[in-house]
Amino acid sequence: MITALANPKRFLDLSRIVSPWTCAFAVILLCAGFYWSLFATPPDYQQGQSVKIMFVHVPAAWMGIFVYSVMAGASLVGLVFRHPLADVAAKSAAPLGAAFTALALLTGSLWGRPMWGTYWQWGDARLVSELILLFIYLGYIGLWNAIDDPVRAAKAAAVLALVGAADVPVIHFSVDWWNTLHQPASILRPGGPTIDKSFLVPLLIMILGYTFLFLWLLLLRMQTEILERRARSLMMARGA
Amino acid sequence: MKAFTALLIRDMRLAFRAGGGASLAAAFFALVSSLVPFGVGADLVLLGRIAGGVLWVSAALAALLSLDRLFQADFEDGSLDVLALSPISLEAASAAKILAHWVTTGLPLVLLSPVLGLLLNLPPRAYGALIASLAIGTPALSGVGAIGAALTLSIRRGGLILALIVLPLITPALIFGAGAVADAMDGTGRGAFLFLAAFSVAAVALSPFASAAGVRLNVGG
Repeated sequence: MITALANPKRFLDLSRIVSPWTCAFAVILLCAGFYWSLFATPPDYQQGQSVKIMFVHVPAAWMGIFVYSVMAGASLVGLVFRHPLADVAAKSAAPLGAAFTALALLTGSLWGRPMWGTYWQWGDARLVSELILLFIYLGYIGLWNAIDDPVRAAKAAAVLALVGAADVPVIHFSVDWWNTLHQPASILRPGGPTIDKSFLVPLLIMILGYTFLFLWLLLLRMQTEILERRARSLMMARGA
Repeated sequence: MKAFTALLIRDMRLAFRAGGGASLAAAFFALVSSLVPFGVGADLVLLGRIAGGVLWVSAALAALLSLDRLFQADFEDGSLDVLALSPISLEAASAAKILAHWVTTGLPLVLLSPVLGLLLNLPPRAYGALIASLAIGTPALSGVGAIGAALTLSIRRGGLILALIVLPLITPALIFGAGAVADAMDGTGRGAFLFLAAFSVAAVALSPFASAAGVRLNVGG
């Protein structure tokens, strides 16, 4: 399966079939999720309507970490098996992950304003580690762009992604180290979710919708990257 | 082992003699920390409060500035290619270079830090923690920095991208290092110090492999 996809032609054929489906799923899930979370959930008894920022913020923050693990996994495959498409996948995922992380930061600070009375709270471990994650994404993208030779750039970026992957668990468990203003992790907890069911279902739908959106955009970016490389090699062949 | 020692001594000699890179990093460290009072004001209570954090940030920046010496000069004059062909493995060579970088950059910062702590009105009970945390933590700066230096070898003006790569990765060292000093000031245990030690051990143990991978993809081929 993985080796079969190493053929860019086969990957392009397959992804042209798959990507409309991911797009459709993303649209349906996001529409349903937005309607349910914004109109069909009750306002929180403490936070009022501003609790609904959660439905945009939490999935984005989750995607920031999820996309990084996809990127690190693809980097590992690219580095170990010299899989050409894995490099393309890692490169294409990075700006998406950076965008999700930036969205999480933006919505987090907008949520923080009514909750904490301030846009930014340095004492909050999760927000601060999202910021560091964003910087790691930016460094990764910067390294890709700074090295001319694509093969060399892919390898260097893959090593960086794996080194950074050692930091992602630190980011994730920093919640347990010094959490202050956020409540402790409430979905992924040994004792089961403490969040109310009327909030949990639309939240999960939103997370699923974000995931399909990411998959669709990732396939789109990978297709573009492959076509771009093909166009470049055609131009070089013509020039020579 | 002989080759390791020879490489270590060669790198230390180069740092101390040619261009005086080692003393420059220490001077930079002193300069940045003494610029802070001009920025935040001469309030001694405030300065004493933030001294640990200021010294840690300055140390990170000073270590960062001297990273381009680590592999870049050897890459440009071709001795890195010779090193890659020599019987000593690139991992061992990276470890020697990281150690040399720490001895010439990190160690002077540790030795200089009490004087700067004095300038910034650091409370007496925090000096032990400051020196110990810098001594434990600066090897991590050299190690993680070496990874960034190796990955950015082929970039002609890689200074900025090097900073963008390395600084986010060393934030745990900064957090726990400054936290260790704050712990000593407030008498709140030594958890941060232990976390710093753990981070430093992991970083020093893993960084030679990652930097060797970075060097390998840049030399030859």
